Amino acid sequence: MTTLPPIFTQWFDSRGWHIHPHQQDMLEQSQAPALLLIAPTGGGKTLAGFLPTLAELADGQHTGLHTLYVSPLKALAADIKRNLRIPVAEMDLPIRIEDRTGDTSYTQKRRQRADPPHILLTTPESLALLTSYEDAPRMFAGLQRVIIDEIHALSESKRGDQLMLAVSRLQSIAPGLRRVGLSATVEDPQAIAHELARNPDPCPILLADPGPDPNIQMLITDEKPPWSGGGAKYAIPQVLEQVKQHKTTLIFHNTRAQAEIFFHNLWLANTDDLPIGIHHGSLAREQRERVEAAMVNGDLRAIVCTGSLDLGIDWGDVDLVIQIGAPKNVKRLVQRIGRANHRYNAPSKALLVPANRFEVVECVAALEAVKEHDLDGDPKGPGPRDVLCQHILIRAAAGPFDANALYEEVKTVGAFTGLDRAAFDDCLDFCATGGYALRAYDKWKRLLQNPDGTWQLRDPRAAQRIRMNIGTIQDTDTLKVRMRGNFKPLGEVEEAFAATLTPGDTFLIGGQIVRYEGLREMTVEVSRRADKTPKIATFMGTKFANSTQLSQRILRMFQQPDWPQLPEHTAEWLTLQREVSQLPEADRILVESFAYDAREYTCIYGFAGRNAMQTLGMLLTQRMEELHLHPMGFVATDYATLIWGLDPVPDPAPLFRAPDLREGFENWLGGNAVMKKTFRGSATIAGLIERNLPQARKSGRQATFSSDILYDTLSKYDPNHLMLQITREEAMRGLVDFGRIEEMLARTAGRVDHVKPDHVTPLAAPLFLEVGRIPIKGAAQERLMEDVAAGMMAAAGLTEL
Amino acid sequence: MASHSFTLCDTRCQALPSGALLLPDHDTLCVSDLHLGKSDRIARRGGTMLPPYEVQATLDKLQSDISATNPATLICLGDSFDDLTAAQSLSDDMQIWLTRLQAGRRWIWIEGNHDPGPVDLGGSHLAQLTIGTLTFRHIATSQKAEVSGHYHPKFQIAGRSRPAFIYDASRLILPAYGAYTGGLSANHPDLRALFGPQPIAVLTGAKAISVPVTNTRRPPRFPGRFG
Repeated sequence: MTTLPPIFTQWFDSRGWHIHPHQQDMLEQSQAPALLLIAPTGGGKTLAGFLPTLAELADGQHTGLHTLYVSPLKALAADIKRNLRIPVAEMDLPIRIEDRTGDTSYTQKRRQRADPPHILLTTPESLALLTSYEDAPRMFAGLQRVIIDEIHALSESKRGDQLMLAVSRLQSIAPGLRRVGLSATVEDPQAIAHELARNPDPCPILLADPGPDPNIQMLITDEKPPWSGGGAKYAIPQVLEQVKQHKTTLIFHNTRAQAEIFFHNLWLANTDDLPIGIHHGSLAREQRERVEAAMVNGDLRAIVCTGSLDLGIDWGDVDLVIQIGAPKNVKRLVQRIGRANHRYNAPSKALLVPANRFEVVECVAALEAVKEHDLDGDPKGPGPRDVLCQHILIRAAAGPFDANALYEEVKTVGAFTGLDRAAFDDCLDFCATGGYALRAYDKWKRLLQNPDGTWQLRDPRAAQRIRMNIGTIQDTDTLKVRMRGNFKPLGEVEEAFAATLTPGDTFLIGGQIVRYEGLREMTVEVSRRADKTPKIATFMGTKFANSTQLSQRILRMFQQPDWPQLPEHTAEWLTLQREVSQLPEADRILVESFAYDAREYTCIYGFAGRNAMQTLGMLLTQRMEELHLHPMGFVATDYATLIWGLDPVPDPAPLFRAPDLREGFENWLGGNAVMKKTFRGSATIAGLIERNLPQARKSGRQATFSSDILYDTLSKYDPNHLMLQITREEAMRGLVDFGRIEEMLARTAGRVDHVKPDHVTPLAAPLFLEVGRIPIKGAAQERLMEDVAAGMMAAAGLTEL
Repeated sequence: MASHSFTLCDTRCQALPSGALLLPDHDTLCVSDLHLGKSDRIARRGGTMLPPYEVQATLDKLQSDISATNPATLICLGDSFDDLTAAQSLSDDMQIWLTRLQAGRRWIWIEGNHDPGPVDLGGSHLAQLTIGTLTFRHIATSQKAEVSGHYHPKFQIAGRSRPAFIYDASRLILPAYGAYTGGLSANHPDLRALFGPQPIAVLTGAKAISVPVTNTRRPPRFPGRFG
């Protein structure tokens, strides 16, 4: 147990604060090798994590790094630094606190390695980078504690796996290291504790008082929400009214593009000139920091934002959270609402604004789930091996290593406890030689085994390349955007989006409409232009998947004879669906077929979750291709798959025969777009594809070629290669999710209803604006390319050629 | 094979969907930018270890073009090897395979910027070669009636980008034939500068598809919400 020095008690008293029970518990159990605190947002969670550190450092005896704090967001690290320096300054404690993220300057970073502060605040990627340096053992030698904030958010992705691998490294360097996890309310604390602790150490879980239930409602507007669309433009007047009535409002969106459009429309309606800002991950750092600073000073009445503001940042006076669009996930909604009224034991206030009628249903279902404390989540699989490959390379960059020791170290990580030696050796072999059946790289191995059995990089210069490729976040390549003749960047857009622009096109960024002028080096040059309606900025944000639990609630709601809990417009909309078609049922598959805009559409309501519905789209379009129905593409949501093509589907029932689907699945798994996408992600993480080569991006020509080529080549010549195994595992677990297709087939047992309405139906309409459409590169594609080419030849007067 | 036939400076040409060029009147097949040994070169220079199967994949493709056309002359139009070391370190079975493909026909290695010197494999090494009215060299010059490679042209229609032949009345540039090759858009200024106002692109793939190279990247609007 760590006792609090008297100066702390005096400081608490001077502020009129009392130490929370869970903060006291954290002090009492501070010697535990691993400790997980579950506390609601605003519960003094971060201070609870840091109190033992501050107490241990108060006497000024410790030299070097004492506590490492890791958070998923750069902004959070900066925020914590600010907040932590206040008590340290007021109590005049001899403690140095610094942060280190991708935004930290080069000189500062160098100095931190030579002379680390007592408390270092960082992100998983920056930590992984630190462990890749030869001097890592010296820097971390005296490390006492590691605090992982928002561990529930990290554990949802590979970032968490990478972080825990890095922590296992730190534990070997500093055997006395104690681990602390801070988490928001989650459905399965035990699973997070297992990931946090060094296996097989125990990990006590402390539960803070969850506080009062939040006050969440759906915003009722005079204007009816549209049938489809994600903008929620109809709700602007009411949202503005709410902003006026509250001190500070956060307005969350599910994607960056939606945030930009909403912000733009909000400005047009903001006749009172209320100070409103925008904050999302695509904006330039300077701009984000300006908004953050204005927010902290209380200069802003509202901030339009995305998930980049989602996690535990203490914004002080936020008294209302507005969620635009359906929250998709009950757990995330609850955590997000914790932003409002950031004081312990005061209920948070939040409003949901559905963007369309379907989302009204989703919002009501989510509200019911919140009321019943029914949090959702899916169990995680074993530790991903692409992340392990990257970890092995990072280890190699730090200097020679012993494979046995590394294997034992990796096994202490919760997610990798089940890793067998053969699987580990496969990863090591992949890192060393590429792991190909054709042993082509004996001369040019990346890792060599020394006579003493240790492994090291063949070419020490490779360490630099490994460092540049650290990380597991799969972002698409982005380009900076800036005003012509001005150095200051406005933000970033995806390369794919930039490629669709021609000079004169307009798009929204940072809340202003700009005109595309041209591409200069790797920067998109724009000019100010306010007189045109913008081309929609299609840069992506995180796309959330709706949880199974929420889907089931919605299906149950559909079966009600009427809907007293829904607003009248939405009840009418569902009634209309029932009239022109029918409402989907849990034990039947509903299929609608209709023609629209020169394409034949088929909409399948399977309610199996986005990933499974996507796989179903793959399998059905493949079957349709065989039947010469010329499918051209599809899009999937959590509820439905919409397929379009050149020919109508006469009878869908045979498409759903389980044996055919299973057989199709086996054949399909080899050569499809989802697999290629998964391969690209895993191959980048594992270091087969490099993302940040110094010069490669600049030319973008002969040097680079598509990862699809690698996938096809491997599939053909080395089908059992480790990267293909990983791709398959990943896809089965995440993007493919065939298990839920089986579940859907079982619950519907061949009961397929086919409806052929004359128009797009109420339920199908939202799918038309769904992003993430997947094209089918089949006969229709060839036919269409030929048609387009012939048309262009004719237009150019070249038909005789 | 759905190839695209055209005439360049009075010589009949066929652009094959694979990216090879056939001169039917001269019984000649021409491929450019094979970049054999690319994965070897990348690994040697400390880059990543790409699947070392691109030689096999490229020769597989070449073999099927050769057996379909059985040409008397085969021209490799430069950058056949990713560098000269890659040519030397070609594995024995790949060398044997190449020798087998060379058997019974004239085989010309035109030198490219990646493989500027002779390689220790069968065939003749030339800086350039003239067949019929056409001159074959690796990098385009201002001379007319010229067939070259080097730029790895590609072109996009209906949202799909593919390696493509680009030609006008006086020159033809071949797409890269090798498995591990990227490409340069036919609209890139470097490529556009080589051609007159209206070059034609022939996209490779399942069929060879010809299309005018338009200045705008956007194809004309055609019906269908989701292309």
